Amino acid sequence: MEVLLGITGKDFVILAASKAAMRGPTILKAEDDKTKQLNKHSLMAFSGEAGDTVQFAEYIQANIQLYTMRNDTELGPNAVASFVRGEMARSLRSRNPYTVNLLLGGVDPITQKPHLYWIDYLASLAPVPYAAHGYAQYYCLSTLDKHHHPDISLEEGMKLLEMCTDELKRRLPIDYKGVLVKVVTKDGVKEVEFDNNRIVKSA
Amino acid sequence: MDKLVAQYSRPPHQNEFYSEQEQRDLTESLPPISLKFNLPPVDNSRAFLRAMTDDHSNPSCPIKLAHGTTTLAFRFQGGIIVATDSRATAGNWIASQTVKKVIPVSRLSRGEDKKSNEPTPGLLGTMAGGAADCQYWLRYLSQQCTLHEIRHKRRITVAAASKILANLTYAYKGMGLSMGTMLAGMTPQEGPALYYIDSDGTRLPGNLFCVGSGQTFAYGVLDANYRYDLTEEEALELGRRSILAAMHRDAYSGGFINLYHVKEEGWVHHGFDDMNPIFWKTKLEKGEFSNVTSEL
Repeated sequence: MEVLLGITGKDFVILAASKAAMRGPTILKAEDDKTKQLNKHSLMAFSGEAGDTVQFAEYIQANIQLYTMRNDTELGPNAVASFVRGEMARSLRSRNPYTVNLLLGGVDPITQKPHLYWIDYLASLAPVPYAAHGYAQYYCLSTLDKHHHPDISLEEGMKLLEMCTDELKRRLPIDYKGVLVKVVTKDGVKEVEFDNNRIVKSA
Repeated sequence: MDKLVAQYSRPPHQNEFYSEQEQRDLTESLPPISLKFNLPPVDNSRAFLRAMTDDHSNPSCPIKLAHGTTTLAFRFQGGIIVATDSRATAGNWIASQTVKKVIPVSRLSRGEDKKSNEPTPGLLGTMAGGAADCQYWLRYLSQQCTLHEIRHKRRITVAAASKILANLTYAYKGMGLSMGTMLAGMTPQEGPALYYIDSDGTRLPGNLFCVGSGQTFAYGVLDANYRYDLTEEEALELGRRSILAAMHRDAYSGGFINLYHVKEEGWVHHGFDDMNPIFWKTKLEKGEFSNVTSEL
């Protein structure tokens, strides 16, 4: 029951990932960071099989950095997404494929347009205005369908994220320990404050 | 003279209600409807049924039951809103797009939905899960409600009606019944009342329920915008929009949006409308569903 959420707006991408690291019936850690920064303008959030997730994320991170060092060029979000999908597709046909689902958010350093990519463990890649993985899809996509607009401000984006996490608090039977929220803008990636202690009343 | 004295020595209201014997007959006799079903000639009928119908464990099972739905109902200041989609599926096959998943449950209003703006007294039931189970048992409930009405000279409460259904589903627990239903109604004793009953034997009163494969999507929209003090107009629109959200995201929901409003005098039908024009209207006029493109 890991939660990954992504929302794009006018000039930013918000990625949110649940903070609980769960193994079976236990929460091993309540402050887990399920995101990795790949380069200055792109951030990847991941969930899935224990072990696979961090291995895959570090592998991708290292290779993106290696590419930048060798060629002295930053990859844009589009190129990063293609690379990640390619690696995922290659892994899928190997002896033991990675079982990892990803959200990739980035702001193009040239056009300064925000991009969000939804990638799953079967190596599907889809550019989307908002996205979710896991059970969050069932509860949040309808909310986002209704309330999202492509040109929203960061403030409105955070409001929208709050609507999503409120719904998850109301309806998900397991406590996911709140979400860690990071925002990608043209100035890079930064973690933002998010109130996870709000009490949500059920109807 | 003795006769006259005897007549006046009785308690004054004795004749106004049923006699002891009459009461016993009414409360202790079983309904005269036969509920005996023929069972398949096998040792373990439950296991047999499961082997034939459970396509979760056996995708090539010979009988695929109709499943997959979105239904919702919620209480608000002005009564209860009941809304459903209209798709029936059997496995991956869309068996029908024009199913009526709101079933009137009462003697007075059973039968066709009349084209009339007059409220029709009685309860409403919703249908999710096996279509046949829902239709059959809601019709049975309807009979019981009518009998209650004749015996007790007043309409049954929603609490009592839902209890009849819950006791029934509990009695058949584990024998393959599949239904998730909501009963909505307004009675002088209870005011607006909403109950959720399912084939596990669960019976819950509540303000807001969504049932079916599309429930989570409907909850997503409904929870975010629900208030008890919604106006009638707002409530109807929210019900419609929540069903639309589920029809859009859930492959097993679709077709037409069926809307009902239960109020004090009875229920009112608010249309059986194709989702397609409503979806495009919502997208183009309000700018929602921004992940769907309208360009060719």
